[in-house]
Amino acid sequence: MAIAFAVILLVVGTVLFHLLSPWWFTPIASNWKMMDQTVNLTFWVTGVVFVAVNLFLAYAVIRYRHRKGLQAKYEPENKKLEWWLTVITALGIAALLAPGLTVWANFVTVPKNASIVEVLGQQWSWSYRFPGADGKLGTTDASLITLDNPFGMNPDDPAGKDDVLVQSQQLHLPIDVPVKMLLRSKDVNHQFAVPQFRVKMDMVPGTTTFFWFTPTRTGEFDALCEQLCGLAHFAMRGRVVVDYKAAFADWLKQQPTYAQMQARTAGDPHAGQSLYATCVACHGPQAQGNQSVNAPKLSGQASWYLARQLDDFKQGLRGAGVQDVYGKQMTAFAGTLADDQAVRNIVSYIATLADQPAESTVKGNVEHGKSLYVTCASCHGTEGQGLWSTNAPRLSGMSDWYLARQLNNFRKGVRGAHREDFHGSQMASMSQMLTDDKSVDDVVAYIRTL
Amino acid sequence: MVAVPIADRDTEHVLHEPHSFVTKYIWSQDHKVIAIQYGVTAIAIGLVALVLSVLMRLQLGFPHAFSLIAPHDYYQYITMHGMIMVIYLLTALFLGGFGNYLIPLMCGARDMVFPYMNMLSYWVYLLAVLVLVAGFFIPGGPTGAGWTLYPPQAISAGTPGASWGILCMLASLAIFIVAFTMGGLNYVTTILQARCRGMTLMRMPLSVWGIFMATVLGLLAFPALFVSAIMMGLDALVGTSFFMPAMSSMGQPAVHNGGSPLLFQHLFWFFGHPEVYIVALPAFGIVSDLLSTHARRNIFGYRMMVWAILAIGCLSFVVWAHHMYVSGMNPYFGFFFAVTTLIIAVPTAIKVYNWVLTLWHGDIHLTVPMLFAIGFIFTFVNGGLTGLFLGNVTVDVPLSATYFVVAHFHMVMGVSPILVVFGAIYHWYPKITGRMFNETLGKVHFWLTFLGTYAIYLPMHYLGILGVPRRYYAYSNGIDFIPRSVQEVNAAITISAVFVAIVQLVFLFNVIWSLFKGPKADPNPWHATTLEWQTPDTPPKHGNWGPTLPVVYRWAYDYSVPGAPQDFIPQNVPPDDRIPAGREHGLKS
Repeated sequence: MAIAFAVILLVVGTVLFHLLSPWWFTPIASNWKMMDQTVNLTFWVTGVVFVAVNLFLAYAVIRYRHRKGLQAKYEPENKKLEWWLTVITALGIAALLAPGLTVWANFVTVPKNASIVEVLGQQWSWSYRFPGADGKLGTTDASLITLDNPFGMNPDDPAGKDDVLVQSQQLHLPIDVPVKMLLRSKDVNHQFAVPQFRVKMDMVPGTTTFFWFTPTRTGEFDALCEQLCGLAHFAMRGRVVVDYKAAFADWLKQQPTYAQMQARTAGDPHAGQSLYATCVACHGPQAQGNQSVNAPKLSGQASWYLARQLDDFKQGLRGAGVQDVYGKQMTAFAGTLADDQAVRNIVSYIATLADQPAESTVKGNVEHGKSLYVTCASCHGTEGQGLWSTNAPRLSGMSDWYLARQLNNFRKGVRGAHREDFHGSQMASMSQMLTDDKSVDDVVAYIRTL
Repeated sequence: MVAVPIADRDTEHVLHEPHSFVTKYIWSQDHKVIAIQYGVTAIAIGLVALVLSVLMRLQLGFPHAFSLIAPHDYYQYITMHGMIMVIYLLTALFLGGFGNYLIPLMCGARDMVFPYMNMLSYWVYLLAVLVLVAGFFIPGGPTGAGWTLYPPQAISAGTPGASWGILCMLASLAIFIVAFTMGGLNYVTTILQARCRGMTLMRMPLSVWGIFMATVLGLLAFPALFVSAIMMGLDALVGTSFFMPAMSSMGQPAVHNGGSPLLFQHLFWFFGHPEVYIVALPAFGIVSDLLSTHARRNIFGYRMMVWAILAIGCLSFVVWAHHMYVSGMNPYFGFFFAVTTLIIAVPTAIKVYNWVLTLWHGDIHLTVPMLFAIGFIFTFVNGGLTGLFLGNVTVDVPLSATYFVVAHFHMVMGVSPILVVFGAIYHWYPKITGRMFNETLGKVHFWLTFLGTYAIYLPMHYLGILGVPRRYYAYSNGIDFIPRSVQEVNAAITISAVFVAIVQLVFLFNVIWSLFKGPKADPNPWHATTLEWQTPDTPPKHGNWGPTLPVVYRWAYDYSVPGAPQDFIPQNVPPDDRIPAGREHGLKS
């Protein structure tokens, strides 16, 4: 008997949970309302069956529970009943399939006027490409991917010259324009998913996949990877910003084309040397760092990383938080660098400075640190050498007191909290595995040994 | 020469009679001993997977509390948990365990037809388990590629265990498939060739039908996984490019060129979807027998039940790509696979109706096995219905890769079959051990497991609708649409999961304690009709039947036959003046 009442209570409880649940679809931001409607229809049909079958089950148990003298009815078959149930079930299934397949027919039919955007996935970040004025994306090849050609663009393909390259995790799209998202991966499988758009698709290396949708309201929407792609899968974040058309056009104009990227001149160390005069007081003549003024070692750090950090300081992505006392100091200095060329010059000068390992200041349990570092190694490399493809700076031989402070800043939301600091936010996610200050010291102590 | 079924031969061969402790309990060729070896091994490795799931839940529920669980650990745990539960626990337990124990006894045979191969099957299975476990002790640890092991990620930098762990997993799977093939050929051949006189196919208990069809599925589906494992192993070791395309891994061009990651997914799911039914069909069969026996009523619509098992088995080979709607395969495939997938709901629904209609007009004894069977119906209805969401291509798109999927497959092929496993263990425990289990502990185990698992999985569906992605180590940072309340739900789910895991100790205690202290069991305590309850000895001795094989006169479901002196007539009881013939197949008496 108890089981029958338990089943009844579970049915009632499930229906109540369903009705009262605060967890439901995010407000839709695309044309795929029909998907939500199909889901709702499916809830109705299956909900009725769920309630009916289980209540009948409970009733049967109550009514035919064993009592003295009760005898079961011997009834091997009931052809008529069995066929009726089969037919009704088949009709219910057809009722679900018909709208499902209708919506799918829309999904596989991309509107002719759809614009094209390519999403490029990699471990563990996104970038985007627009076809430019000719409306055609240039060809690419995985073997061409380098630090200077992260999209793997074919330099000989004229169609690629005007392609607009967005090397940011944040994509802008215009409202009310259907867009065909072409999905490509550099390395392993990924998936580009924005819950508010409802549609998603895997990205598979060696081929291009797609889906289409029309953004129907402005706003900022998280883009997630939803195909397991390795250790930092959960920290692979992007964002789609849906703008009005004018704002979108302004944004697009600011993004460089492939031809412009190719035309960029390399940094000039001589010009950089004079700019470095501002830095010397804190970071030292050899950029060896100085703990007493909270300046980390810079020599030996990858140029692309230094350049990105200078940009981030300039734009307020880094050092803007109220609690980031030391970061704020740097913001003022970074602001003195006039343009991208100045940044390139100064980092190219730093690259010429002698690289001596920084002295050891942090003490910790190296063995424990080693086991923690397994996670870090997937981006920063087993030797802590840093890796451009994962946007991971070098750690070995750098100022260890600075690493410890930054790890604590990441853990506590002092760094990586800015909405557009995607790399910082990724590191903030990863640093959550360090549950206390001691773990931070341990992992830094291990990095010292590399 | 005409092949003579074993039951019709005039003389019997002497069967591999054991002569020592070793041949009786270790290198045993007796199907019952092998069944117990399979069962104990499967449950032991299943407990490892249970502990892994608790560790994962601790991370998700209380993300900053346990420094022991780093991201690489988490991904290794989900991978090992999934693979162990699906293959090394459920497949091995249903087919190697229950299949071995029940097939010869229910069919009225003395043993499997190839006892030596049957023994080999177990030892090779044990080797597969050991190779799998070895993954925990090799450099880099076990693979963290997810139980689906998708390339390129499974053998590329950035995935835990991408160099050694994955090879351990692939080797273990290949060995498991060798073991399964030896066992599986045995089960099929025994069912087709070694049934006793009178045991026609349409008189077989549904347990045997379920196990039979599941084994056929396994024999046809596992080869796809076998070749996938070999090919991926070659890609990893020798640098071939079966599944590996040209790519840039960690900024370096990879050695591969031209392979197809999607080909692996097709092969994997060509195995993977029938695998669902390899687990589900034995559960369907066994639960039918539990319901019928404990409701004292014939299974309703036996022939429809058999045809449903066959239909589900066949259809399960043409639905695989519903796991791949958003994989990047040609989206037009979606039309075909949505239709086939939803069609499979029809025979499945018929089975549910017939289970409930078996209870209707029954004389329901709420024994421990019956509680588990009813719990199964409730859970399976829930898990089956959410399958209609995910199978219907359009509805799948927003829900795929979210916690809705996790909730669905745990309900339908985690909790549901496990409830049947427990029900079946309690049901056959008196026959296997000769002793009764403790009923109170059995009920405690049922209630806490049944309610606890529902508390775990019901809320997960709603997290999935919200869009919370699965296979995330943490959600703590930077996802705007996930409110704080999700963390609270995750904590609540974790508490339920830890609770359910602890409750399983009650089961283990009951099973072990009753082995020594349980009261002596009646040979047929449930008054069941099937042959395994009619053996001359309990537990059955070597050879099962004493000097003569049983002869079957009726189907397996003659419960509460009008005019019979008792409310059950065993299959080996001939009709006479007092005892009526059955009305199997709906024949009028």
